[in-house]
Amino acid sequence: MSITALDSLLKEHPFFAELGDEYLELIGGCASNVKFAAGEQVFREGQDAKGFYLIRYGRVAVELFAPGTGSITIQTLHEGDILGWSWLLPPFRWHHDAKALDLTRAIHFDGTCLRKKCEEDPRFGYLIMSRFSQVIVSRLQGAQLQLLDLYGKTDHGKPEND
Amino acid sequence: MESPKTTETLASPGLDPMLPRPFVLKSIEQENVDTWTLELEAVDADGDLAFEPGQFNMVYRLGVGEVPISISSDPTRPERLLHTIRSVGAVTGGLCAMKPGEILGLRGPFGNAWPVSLAHDSDLVFVAGGIGLAPLRPAIYQVLSERRRYGRVVILYGARSAGDMIFAEELETWRGRFDLDVQVTVDHATGDWFGHVGVVTTLIPRAGFDPTHTVAMVCGPEVMMRFTVRSLVDRGVASEGIYLSMERNMKCAVGFCGHCQFGPSFICKDGPVFSLPRVERWLDTREV
Repeated sequence: MSITALDSLLKEHPFFAELGDEYLELIGGCASNVKFAAGEQVFREGQDAKGFYLIRYGRVAVELFAPGTGSITIQTLHEGDILGWSWLLPPFRWHHDAKALDLTRAIHFDGTCLRKKCEEDPRFGYLIMSRFSQVIVSRLQGAQLQLLDLYGKTDHGKPEND
Repeated sequence: MESPKTTETLASPGLDPMLPRPFVLKSIEQENVDTWTLELEAVDADGDLAFEPGQFNMVYRLGVGEVPISISSDPTRPERLLHTIRSVGAVTGGLCAMKPGEILGLRGPFGNAWPVSLAHDSDLVFVAGGIGLAPLRPAIYQVLSERRRYGRVVILYGARSAGDMIFAEELETWRGRFDLDVQVTVDHATGDWFGHVGVVTTLIPRAGFDPTHTVAMVCGPEVMMRFTVRSLVDRGVASEGIYLSMERNMKCAVGFCGHCQFGPSFICKDGPVFSLPRVERWLDTREV
């Protein structure tokens, strides 16, 4: 992908909206194109979290492995979604597995490169942190709703006179 | 936007609303591990079986008890009456264990209707969670029977897992249509599910509809509806264009007993379908 194409892709994506040309250039300097075949592991729980991904095409399953049960998909991410926030916070290790479900193309943003820039420019660091906070909160809310087991037997569907 | 029609305008004339009519179970089909769809036929052939999408009947398992159950069949084919029931207690369990040919009692239809005609010329989004797809299905049938009157029609359905979905074959059929956008998600999945995983609200930001010209109809557990409403409003759908089907402890079904009071409304008589502005205040109120 050319620098111009990457620049326009970042500008149009809501996650990077209103960051300004200077910061988009900083981010673009940490970016590279990656591709995963269907079924290929993007990362595994416990591995070093080396950055995050902007999915351009394809689908990725975020999974938890449970001994005796196997891999349980807790979320699927699609074109335009951001994958990975563990690169931002110590101990910089992935909390889940991620696996490409289809041929997936993404932009990988190098975490070490971005963290360095965040430390050098606290305003940039704040803008990045606030965007990832939204990602983390939205994932947390999703997980809380899943934890409530809304459609389970105890909650819904039982008339009181039943 | 006008309110959905109320019970007074929809109740069948000439029938004692407290008197169950005998119906025979014609067939019963298992939807998932704990949910069955019952096809019923009136024993007295002279009664009017017409209903509006969103209405419910009080279904009486003889000798056990009576529960409110939404009608899940096609309002344009009222002669084929379906109720989709989840077996969670003595009455629903008794109903789901019935054999074809057995008799049960039915009062209704009660309640108001999904305002499908208000959505003419607009985009229409159905958001269903779990067995909440059953009360919405008649509205979907109604819309499909006059598909040209609507803009984009989107069905977003969330279930606990692939095995917990209801109407799975029908969802697959609808998904094959060029004039419907059907998206299904499950809360968690193992290796046999290749679709979307995540709560139903995650489908809303990417669904193809114009939020400024959209009517949304939402049915599912109340917490799911609360979060769905927030996502719809965040997407830009006007509160007045969002309708919910509420559920409370309905007993008489005609507004006499007060068991289903929800704020200033009775769910059985004023609902179960409410526009968001009518119930918004009470959705966030605990112990209503």
